[in-house]
This record gives sequence, structure tokens and C-alpha cells, in this order.
Amino acid sequence: MTPLLDVRGLTKHYAGPHGRVLHALEDVSFTVAAGEALGVVGESGCGKSTLGKSLLRLVEPTAGEVLFEGEDVLPLSRRAMAAKRRDMQMVFQDPFGSLNPRHSVGTIVGEPLAIHGMPGGKARVAELLDQVGLPADAAGRYPHEFSGGQRQRVAIARALALGPKLLVADEPVSALDVSIQSQIINLIGDLRRAYGLAMIFISHDLSVIRHVSDRIAVMYLGRIVEIGPAAQVFEAPAHPYTRALLSAVPRRPGAAQPRERIILHGDLPDPSSPPPGCAFHGRCPAAMPRCSVEPPELVSRHVAETGGTAIAACHLHEHADAPALEPA
Amino acid sequence: MTPALEIEGLTLAVGGRKLVEDVSITVAPGEMVGLVGESGCGKSITALSVMRLLPSPPVRVLSGAVRVGGADVLAMAPEALRAMRGDRVGMIFQEPMTSLNPVFTVGDQIAEALEIHRGLSRRQALARAAELLALVGLPAPIEQLGRYPHQMSGGQRQRVMIAMALACEPKLLIADEPTTALDVTVQAQILALIDRLRREMDMGCLLITHDLGVVAEVCDRAAVMYAGRIVEEAAVGDLFAHPRHRYTRALIDTAPASNPPGTRLPSIAGMVPPPGAREHGCAFAPRCPAALPVCRTTTPALLGDAGHRAACWNPAPAEAAA
Repeated sequence: MTPLLDVRGLTKHYAGPHGRVLHALEDVSFTVAAGEALGVVGESGCGKSTLGKSLLRLVEPTAGEVLFEGEDVLPLSRRAMAAKRRDMQMVFQDPFGSLNPRHSVGTIVGEPLAIHGMPGGKARVAELLDQVGLPADAAGRYPHEFSGGQRQRVAIARALALGPKLLVADEPVSALDVSIQSQIINLIGDLRRAYGLAMIFISHDLSVIRHVSDRIAVMYLGRIVEIGPAAQVFEAPAHPYTRALLSAVPRRPGAAQPRERIILHGDLPDPSSPPPGCAFHGRCPAAMPRCSVEPPELVSRHVAETGGTAIAACHLHEHADAPALEPA
Repeated sequence: MTPALEIEGLTLAVGGRKLVEDVSITVAPGEMVGLVGESGCGKSITALSVMRLLPSPPVRVLSGAVRVGGADVLAMAPEALRAMRGDRVGMIFQEPMTSLNPVFTVGDQIAEALEIHRGLSRRQALARAAELLALVGLPAPIEQLGRYPHQMSGGQRQRVMIAMALACEPKLLIADEPTTALDVTVQAQILALIDRLRREMDMGCLLITHDLGVVAEVCDRAAVMYAGRIVEEAAVGDLFAHPRHRYTRALIDTAPASNPPGTRLPSIAGMVPPPGAREHGCAFAPRCPAALPVCRTTTPALLGDAGHRAACWNPAPAEAAA
């Protein structure tokens, strides 16, 4: 079956100072099935936001393919791409910056309907506001009259207006307080179940990612280093970076024993001069000589510790299609 | 032993609106105390009051006392206040980019405090600054002295902030969301660093944060603030294992990590009331699932023993705690 979204070799380079090239995204490939939630996690500068924007061509990728229902959207004309965005919508982190302060909430939520010549008008806006838990009189009010959590509800109502099949949410709850965060996470979950909406949920917050995702992709310096079912990535991470990232999460309040912590040293390498080999090798506690020479492929690999396989870009684990050296 | 910090019955107001009411916190030498709450609960303004960094007017101290190492901060003359800031008390803020001066090198900024407070020569101060940068784990500290803040990453800048705050070996460190702007792996580095330094230097530490996980990780005790008041205070293990206030309970329960993946989170309806819109009685009552009639009329007192106190008319039963 054709996946809803099939991303192949997506690459985005920015021109840096002094003729250098900033590798924001490098050869990123993954799929998202209809109704599925893919979590994308990584630290600042890993390329996760560039990924989200590239999919909707809010930034133009340098190379690769973005197949939506089997059709590559990258060569589409502006007009054809605008029509395609009925099916692909985005919610951003900052509910203050993404809503026009001069427009009423009714105008903001109704704008996509007007642009795409969709029927319904005011009645549809009222229905959308109700679905995201805002009072009917919100339509006549302006963004500054709302709290951060309510503004994020407005942004979600706008994204849902056209009945999209895929929602790309970039840090949608990161600017919100804990008690408001859970309200918005619940809202997104309810809407996904109600509409069978597929979602790419981008966040640096691992506990949020774990909660909302079916599968998780971990990014480091523009590349996916590990991807797999959420439970597997969390319970049995294969890539040393995933392991370090997970170990750095403050423990759950009330959890009895602190976990073993892997403290990474140094900082993210400069994306305009990525190190040769595996980009993580300079900070990796398990780095081997070949890691600084040969970039590891993101393929299915045997993980000795678990006896299973995982899709990871790491030389520690043998290719799953290669014959195992020793019977397990 | 004299506590590193004593805040006693502090009430702060702007105009007729009370921002912080009857807040009391004690930090012993070498102790790390967390002050937790959501935006607008008054935790940062409480921290700023310790340094007397609040603009006055409009912010007025209606009542209460702040003592650092036994000395009354609110009564200090400007001279004494300057001597205290950056010498006996160090402070770290959330955003190191806006707290560092962009036109001075890192070395200049750390050395300045040492020249002013410790009377070191320029050369001595820079040598000490290099030691401090090594202490906070920056590689090649001598070369770092000549760098400007914009040439560093967020984690490096936060280390510079910590080095500055520690320059004069303060007896008290106030850290206001020191890791909120940082990535999780860098956060782990910085928290481990602060934790190690406070033990080595026997420095009291007040850690202000919205993140319960951070508190669970490094604090000895914590106070939970809601709408300008402390609603619960206890040793960290006890607080998270047996929360008494319904707000603390709800905050723990609503965290995604406390719930099976994919399930609806037990959310807290409504939002924090802004100062001025706080009603009579317990400020959490309108959002509380267990509110009694008395909760809406009379503010509950912070009761219990010295180890665990809560301000709740209808505390969470012990058996409900995980």
C-alpha cells in the first residue's frame, strides 16, 4: 500500500558565510502511514524544524522527493502546491507569532476556507471553534484577548479548517505551561482519533514525544540516526545518541531510583563543517576508529543487547541482512 | 547555623494587586531548594526580591523580611547592597544571551566582579577567571577568556554565567530557570555541575523552575507556588511520593511521563488566575476537583510539621499517592 507520505533523500543546504554550506538536512528518508503519528525528536540545530517546513515547502528543499499519496510535491507549481496544502497543514510553536494580531479569530480560522473557496463560512468556523474547545463568541475577538493555550487552539482550528490528512506540528506545546500542555496534547489526540489524521509531531521534549507518537525518528545534525516504534526506541534504543538523549531526561517525579546517566561532553558540531564519518563520533562514548571515517547507513541492524533488530545509523550494530558472525 | 537565605512572610504588590503573598522559604548552607510553579505564580519575582532587583516603585514590599546570611536585605544601604550582589549572592538567569554583555569579552565580564569585590588586579582577576571557566567545564579556558558571548553556544554561555555567579564564592546561589533554554543533554550537564559545586562549596541554592523533573533530579526540598502563595513544601522524595495539596497532585498526574503513552492526560481545567483576579479563599479552588465550600471563602494556612506542610482544606488522601 502506498504510504500517505513517503520522503526520500530530503536534503536542505543553506548558503553560509564565506561560501560555506550549512547542511540543515542531509538525505532524510522516512514514511508516514495514513492516520499514523510520527514523532521527530532531537536537540536544537538538528534540523527537525527545517524538516517540517521542507515537507510543506515553506522552505524549498535542495534535493530529494516528498511523495504525498504517491505524488512528488516538490516539482509542483505554486498554484498546485497551494491546492495540495488543503491536505497538509502545519501548527507552529509560537501561538503569538503565528496569528495575525489585526484579524479576528473568526477571520483567521475562516481564511483557509475563503482562499480555497470552501463552503460553510461562519457556520463552519463556529463548528471548528467548538471542536477545539473555544466558546462561540471567540470568533469576534482578537488574538491578544486569549491566553497562550487558547491561541494554540485557534491555530489548530485554522489548521483543521480544510480537513487535512496530515498535520505537521512543530513544538506545538513547548511554549505552554504544564497544566495547559496536557490540555492541548489531549485536544490533538482527540482530533486525530476523530478524523484519522496523520501527524508529524516535532519536539525536543522526549516525554511528550513518547506520549503522542506511534513511531519515533531521532535526528542528529541534519540526519535521522534512529527510527522505529515508539516503545522500542524508548525501551531499547540502539543508537548511542538515542541512549544518551533518553538518559538525560530528568526522571519522572516520584520515580524511586535515578537511572544511569550518560553525560555527553562537548557541543553539537558546526553544521557548516560536519565531521567526517558519523557526525556523532566526537561525542560518542562507544566510538571506534571506523566511525570517524565511514558514515554509517540508516538500515536495519542486529542489536546484540536485545537480540532483535533496529533501524539505526551506527557501526556498533551489524547490518541485519549481513550474515551474523556468531549464532546468538 | 545561620541559614544561607531566609524569606519570611514576604508580600509584594504593584498598586493594589498582590503579586506574592506571605511567602516563607529557608535555604540552609549547602542545601538545594526548588521553587516550582507555572508562569505568573510569582516564583521569579520572589527570587529577584532577594537581590532587591525589583523596580520600586511600582513593586512594593508590603510586609515580610529577607535575610541573606542573617543580614536584612530589605534594610540594606545601597553600598551594602552592592557589596552583597555578586559577592555573597550569585544569580543565574534563564537566557544567558541577554544576561551577558555582548560587547565585552567573557574574561572581562568574569574579571569585573573579582576586581570590584575582591580588589584583585586585572592580571590576577583574569587568571582566576580562567580557573573558574575550567571549573565549569569549558575546554581551553585561557582562549575562552578572549571570546565574545555570540561566539559561544547556549550551553557554553550558561557555563560562563555560572562562572560569573561563582566568581566570589557566594554563600547563596539563586538560579532562575537555569536550564530552560537549553537542550536536554546540556541541561543534564549544567544541573550536574550546579549540584556538584553547591556540595563542594557548601553553597545554599534556590532553584526556580517550572519543571518538576528538574526538581526531582537535584533538589533536597521544594516549595510549590500557585498564584502568589506557597501551597506545599516538603523534602523532594516525600513531596512527589505523597503530595498533599491538590495542585501538586494534579501537576504530577498531568505530566505525560506519569501516564501510559497515547492515553488522555488528566488535565487541569482552566488557567492560573492573574494577580488582581484572584478570588477569596484558595486560588486553586476554581480548578480543583475536590474543592469544598470553605475553599472558596477562606484561604487555607500552610500547615503540617517542619518536614512537610500544605495549604489545603481537603488534602489528597495518602493512599491515592502512587
